[in-house]
Amino acid sequence: MNAKERMKIPRQAMPEQDPKVRSRNFDEVPYGYTAELAKKEALRCLNCPRPFCVEGCPVEIDIPAFINLIADGDFVGAAKKIKEKNALPAICGRVCPQEIQCEQRCVRGKKGEPVAIGRLERFAADYERSQGEVEIPEIAGPTGKKVAIVGSGPAGLTVAGDLVKLGHDVTIFEALHKPGGVLVYGIPEFRLPKDIVASEIDYLKRMGVKIETSYVIGKTSTIDELFQEGYDAIFLGVGAGLPVFMGIPGENLNGVYSANEYLTRANLMKAYLFPEYDTPIVKGRNVAVIGGGNVAMDSARTALRLGADNVYLVYRRSEKEMPARLEEIHHAKEEGINFQLLTNPKRYIGDDKGWVVGIECLRMELGEPDESGRRRPVPIEGSEFVLDVDTVVVAIGTRANPLVQATTPGLELNKWGYIVADEETGKTSREGVFAGGDIVTGSATVILAMGAGRKAARAIHEYLMDKK
Amino acid sequence: MASKLIEKRQLSENVFQMVFEAAKIARKRRAGQFVVIRIHEQGERIPLTIADADPMRGTITIVFQRVGKTTYHLSMLEVGDEVMDIVGPMGKPTNIEKVGTVACIGGGVGVAPVYPITEAMKAAGNYVISIIGARDKGLVIMEDEMRSVSDELIVATDDGSYGFHGFVSQALEEEVIKKGKHVDQAVAIGPVPMMKAVCDTTRKYDIPTIVSLNSIMVDATGMCGACRVSVGGKTRFVCVDGPEFDGHQVDFKQLIDRQRIYLEQERLSLERYLETLRKEGRGS
Ligand SMILES: Cc1cc2nc3c(=O)[nH]c(=O)nc-3n(C[C@H](O)[C@H](O)[C@H](O)COP(=O)(O)OP(=O)(O)OC[C@H]3O[C@@H](n4cnc5c(N)ncnc54)[C@H](O)[C@@H]3O)c2cc1C
Ligand SMILES: Cc1cc2nc3c(=O)[nH]c(=O)nc-3n(C[C@H](O)[C@H](O)[C@H](O)COP(=O)(O)OP(=O)(O)OC[C@H]3O[C@@H](n4cnc5c(N)ncnc54)[C@H](O)[C@@H]3O)c2cc1C
Ligand code: SF4
Ligand code: FES
Repeated sequence: MNAKERMKIPRQAMPEQDPKVRSRNFDEVPYGYTAELAKKEALRCLNCPRPFCVEGCPVEIDIPAFINLIADGDFVGAAKKIKEKNALPAICGRVCPQEIQCEQRCVRGKKGEPVAIGRLERFAADYERSQGEVEIPEIAGPTGKKVAIVGSGPAGLTVAGDLVKLGHDVTIFEALHKPGGVLVYGIPEFRLPKDIVASEIDYLKRMGVKIETSYVIGKTSTIDELFQEGYDAIFLGVGAGLPVFMGIPGENLNGVYSANEYLTRANLMKAYLFPEYDTPIVKGRNVAVIGGGNVAMDSARTALRLGADNVYLVYRRSEKEMPARLEEIHHAKEEGINFQLLTNPKRYIGDDKGWVVGIECLRMELGEPDESGRRRPVPIEGSEFVLDVDTVVVAIGTRANPLVQATTPGLELNKWGYIVADEETGKTSREGVFAGGDIVTGSATVILAMGAGRKAARAIHEYLMDKK
Repeated sequence: MASKLIEKRQLSENVFQMVFEAAKIARKRRAGQFVVIRIHEQGERIPLTIADADPMRGTITIVFQRVGKTTYHLSMLEVGDEVMDIVGPMGKPTNIEKVGTVACIGGGVGVAPVYPITEAMKAAGNYVISIIGARDKGLVIMEDEMRSVSDELIVATDDGSYGFHGFVSQALEEEVIKKGKHVDQAVAIGPVPMMKAVCDTTRKYDIPTIVSLNSIMVDATGMCGACRVSVGGKTRFVCVDGPEFDGHQVDFKQLIDRQRIYLEQERLSLERYLETLRKEGRGS
């Protein structure tokens, strides 16, 4: 097929559940491409001699190559191609912000719409999984070196996969009872089905990775104790899990949640299946979610699925500044989330039993740009109004949890409490201790955490092989 | 980590003592710390204080009162059964120092968490006056254990069926303070109203008082904020900043309100569980 014909094919929509139906269930929203749709979308790729998309990908997947394999009908080959660079394609295809990465750089986006790279990635990975158990790669002979990985989010999982392949003895320590980090406790089922995460973890286990869940480093054992137990190197991928509150009056009222608590109850503890599952959650009728990122979208859409009549998304800037993935904003709107933009809570109003009944809000306008380059929201004087709500979810960000750092002498931190680590190697100020992901960068993305994990794995391997 | 139940004892109508295999935790734990238990795949995570531990045997002891679905379920386990997850030791250990005379006060099942602190206070060289209380004689627990680690022990019952007639806060005021015994520090653990009452008493006499708060928790690693309380006007997370705080600074009203968030669901959950037990003919 020549370029002209390819140019004529429009971007293929991904079939998905009707918004009315899906806003009341926890099943995944998109069904994914069929083989036909995937091949058709793949044919849109122009095989650019200098593929800009690859430059836009934080882990430099050979995008045109895998897309070509899909066009040829070699779907498993496509998945293998992606996996040369990205160990978790079924996950990244679903959660990466493609519109500011690969797809933003795709030449087809200059005039018209970019190739749906994320959807194709997801298709290839799902196809491979649907063909039965994914074959594990060849594992190098044992090196006799032991590596401890703290935290089982995307950063830790990536390091584990890379190092086990090289023949190291790898153990992951995870504080919670299920491995996966934010992928299991934060991102909801309707966006990232948990069986996908489980099958990735199963794949690591089959490669020989050991996982100790319900094991808190800093409590059950410290970093120094791990060294004493014979670990030769340690990777810290503990994420940025400490919820931030605004510090306004009424934040401890009943019915006011951090997004972490709300999502953990719903996802990790499966409170949406209460009383089948024991963990309860407040099923509000009128719910306000504070924030404009992925976490806020996930919370708002979870509230809807728990049966809310009205869900407000209260965000202090305008839609243009929202950090959430475009697709999530689009899906949230389709499902009927009520966006209260340029709005900020001033205080929460409670009743005499300590339950939240309303939020006093302020309208905002955008002023001069701040350090992030986004225009700073400034309150409009006298614009106070009250939103009647019975549940609030605060999703304005997270910070570093000090559990590990507090018990690890000599580990250098920056002024916000994040671990200082070399960008190329993940090396910290402690010999043999490496770090990467959100605990170094602050809350970022799955793919950046994986990228940091990959670099750290390389450096850990070198460190172990140099060390006697 | 899964963990096996190796000993079980019923201390009173609704209070049980259990010993679990948990070698790492047994070695690490210090007075004042707790574990989080999840019994089975559908289970919730609940915090329980480590009442005792045997590092040689690799076991920990918990003492709990069955009040709802999860503690009920736990009480139905038999020796040899496993819980799916047990994690710890969580929370900050009690600050144990030699200060002089320490009053260790436990109400109801709160005697269990006060026991390891009492033991540690005594070992640090303090003169320990312990006061343990319950509604009636049948509900007094761990009297012998407490006596063995105290210089003086007062038992109080609400109905006067045993020992001092009245609340532990009254016993503290009338049997200790008013009798001229100087107290340098108090530790009080039990139901929130009891801790509040003790704090109201000790405030009058300027006795620094540590309380251990039992807010609702999920992860217990500082990740969710479910456990937050106001202490001295500041929001603190009980699981990582506590569980012990200066009782004179705690907003007990907020703590009580927050403990009641899920009352409706908890009732439903327990009824449903008791119903299945009845159907299986296992009720007790
Ligand atoms: C609700 C939500 C939605 C998101 N949506 C997206 C999205 O659509 N796209 C995207 O790219 N990114 C998204 N993100 C961000 C992304 O998930 C994170 O950037 C990424 O998961 C960070 O990976 P990590 O490996 O650094 O840490 P995490 O995923 O946070 O994992 C850290 C793990 O370490 C464990 N841990 C912490 N302390 C200890 C300890 N002391 N001992 C043992 N274990 C410990 C934690 O329990 C956790 O399991 C979202 C985040 C959230 C919360
Ligand atoms: C640090 C700490 C140490 C504790 N130590 C002990 C102990 O040694 N012995 C003991 O008997 N109890 C202890 N508790 C209380 C114990 O955790 C609760 O009684 C238990 O969670 C009740 O669960 P349930 O399902 O049986 O009852 P439910 O019917 O669910 O709840 C009954 C009441 O318990 C509280 N509660 C419910 N869920 C939780 C939760 N996930 N976390 C904390 N509290 C909850 C609520 O106030 C609720 O109203 C401790 C609590 C904390 C925070
Ligand atoms: S930039 Fe777009 S068209 Fe070019 S190779 Fe990449 S995906 Fe294909
Ligand atoms: S229980 Fe989650 S932060 Fe304390």
